[in-house]
Amino acid sequence: MKQNSKLEFLHNEYIQSLKRESRWVRLYQLIIFVVFFAGWELFSRNEWIDPLIFSAPSKIWNLFIDKIADGSLFLDLGYTVSETVLGFILGTLLGTILAAILWWSPFLSKVLDPYLVVLNSMPKVALGPILIVALGPSMTSIVAMGAIISVIITTIVVYTSFREVDPNYLKVLQTFGATRFQSFREAILPACFPTIISTLKVNVGLSWVGVIVGEFLVSKRGLGYMIIYGFQVFNFTLVLLSLLVIAVFATIMYQLVDLLEKKLIKNGS
Amino acid sequence: MGFLKIDEIHHTYFTKTSATTALSNISLEVKEGEFVSFLGPSGCGKTTLLSIIAGLLKPTEGKVTLEGQPIEKLDNQIGYMLQQDYLFPWKTIEENILLGLKLNNQLTAEKKSYTYKLLEQMGLGGVEKQYPSQLSGGMRQRVALVRTLATEPKLLMLDEPFSALDYQTKLRLEDLVSDTLKSFGKTAILVTHDIGEAIAMSDRIYLFSPKPGQIYKIIHVPDELRSLPPFQARNHELYSEIFQTIWKEVEQVETEQ
Ligand SMILES: Nc1ncnc2c1ncn2[C@@H]1O[C@H](COP(=O)(O)OP(=O)(O)O)[C@@H](O)[C@H]1O
Ligand SMILES: [Mg+2]
Repeated sequence: MKQNSKLEFLHNEYIQSLKRESRWVRLYQLIIFVVFFAGWELFSRNEWIDPLIFSAPSKIWNLFIDKIADGSLFLDLGYTVSETVLGFILGTLLGTILAAILWWSPFLSKVLDPYLVVLNSMPKVALGPILIVALGPSMTSIVAMGAIISVIITTIVVYTSFREVDPNYLKVLQTFGATRFQSFREAILPACFPTIISTLKVNVGLSWVGVIVGEFLVSKRGLGYMIIYGFQVFNFTLVLLSLLVIAVFATIMYQLVDLLEKKLIKNGS
Repeated sequence: MGFLKIDEIHHTYFTKTSATTALSNISLEVKEGEFVSFLGPSGCGKTTLLSIIAGLLKPTEGKVTLEGQPIEKLDNQIGYMLQQDYLFPWKTIEENILLGLKLNNQLTAEKKSYTYKLLEQMGLGGVEKQYPSQLSGGMRQRVALVRTLATEPKLLMLDEPFSALDYQTKLRLEDLVSDTLKSFGKTAILVTHDIGEAIAMSDRIYLFSPKPGQIYKIIHVPDELRSLPPFQARNHELYSEIFQTIWKEVEQVETEQ
């Protein structure tokens, strides 16, 4: 009995100490945040840094309020976010489908191997101008940029994981007379689900790059356009506002995919 | 007339740097309802032979027939349990055991209830909704057996099914498997490197020698042992006698290497 209450006491102590630590961590994170923005404001007001280039948090905030009031921020944000989401879903999907085709035909995969290596090493954003000419200066070519930047690397990563599935799982299926398609559906795809989800996480980041560059080039609307426009008219408050909004939304999207990952992979295997 | 006929099997594995002859001149017959064991040190081609019988691997030479039919033409007549359980970790126990039926579009209510009954018989009622990672090694092995039996194969092959289990679990499973197979009148081939297990479970033992894998000796287990469940057979006076004989043969095989 006494032993038990003592254990309980020690356990509580331990939990308390964990909580204490996480409070300190949060506190320091907050301090960094406050010091950074307060310092920024201070330096800018005293012109220790060039306020024309580095703007100031208060100016950015005011612009933010204005742009919310006239609704233009939501418009640009809406375009960019939907382009990015479409881009990374398309990139991941196409990459997985390509990987499946390569798995299906080992011969084809051997034939295509050097081309994949070349395509993968090439900086995909360099294709931007060609895409825009081919698909028109529209949302389509921006989404294509968001997708193309992640499709080859997805193909390579997913195909590699397809091949690393323990062949004995396939053997089990073959003893039941499974077709190649059944083997793919029952063993290969589910075994590689964790890999596919984790490429999703990488692809979110890649698609932001593709979409922002695409918007630079198309120069019509979106957060990328806000940056390039701000740059052209030398309005760096606008540039920094877009950057901050991008940082926030890229983080949110990453966290959502992270949540999705935790939900989908739950049997602890 | 043999139920399973293995005729002059040779098999050589080719790789870029080598050609390994895994099996040479293997011929044997198994009658319906018999339980035979393949005994031998690792590397003597036992798994290769099972893969050939299962039709997963085409032998370089020779042929295998089941009830007079070449095995390539058969579907689902041969159940093959691999060296490890290989339950799919992302499927529940229920999905795992129904896999064979699902793949062959045979998910009828009748076959399903047969499968659940098997699971029950194996002492695993109530685990249907769990995942393999939640079960112990012995339980997983039994689930794998249920999965193999669910499609009602005529011939069952077990590749070292108990080798990864602790001794007590292994003894208990030997009895359970032997009992289950007898009650269904199944023909079975057991691969093992455990002499005692081979004696306790089978009607006939094929002792293999390696490099290249071939049948070194055939040992017939006397009727007194065959009629007993494995655990009791292990305690019979004849058991240790046969154990000694086979032990000497195995040593012979090893010194010849
Ligand atoms: N896929 C393979 N490629 C090349 N050699 C193999 C392959 N599988 C097995 N072997 C070789 O064939 C021989 C027999 O292997 P195996 O049938 O697994 O023996 P056992 O099951 O009796 O341990 C071994 O020498 C092994 O190295
Ligand atoms: Mg083996």
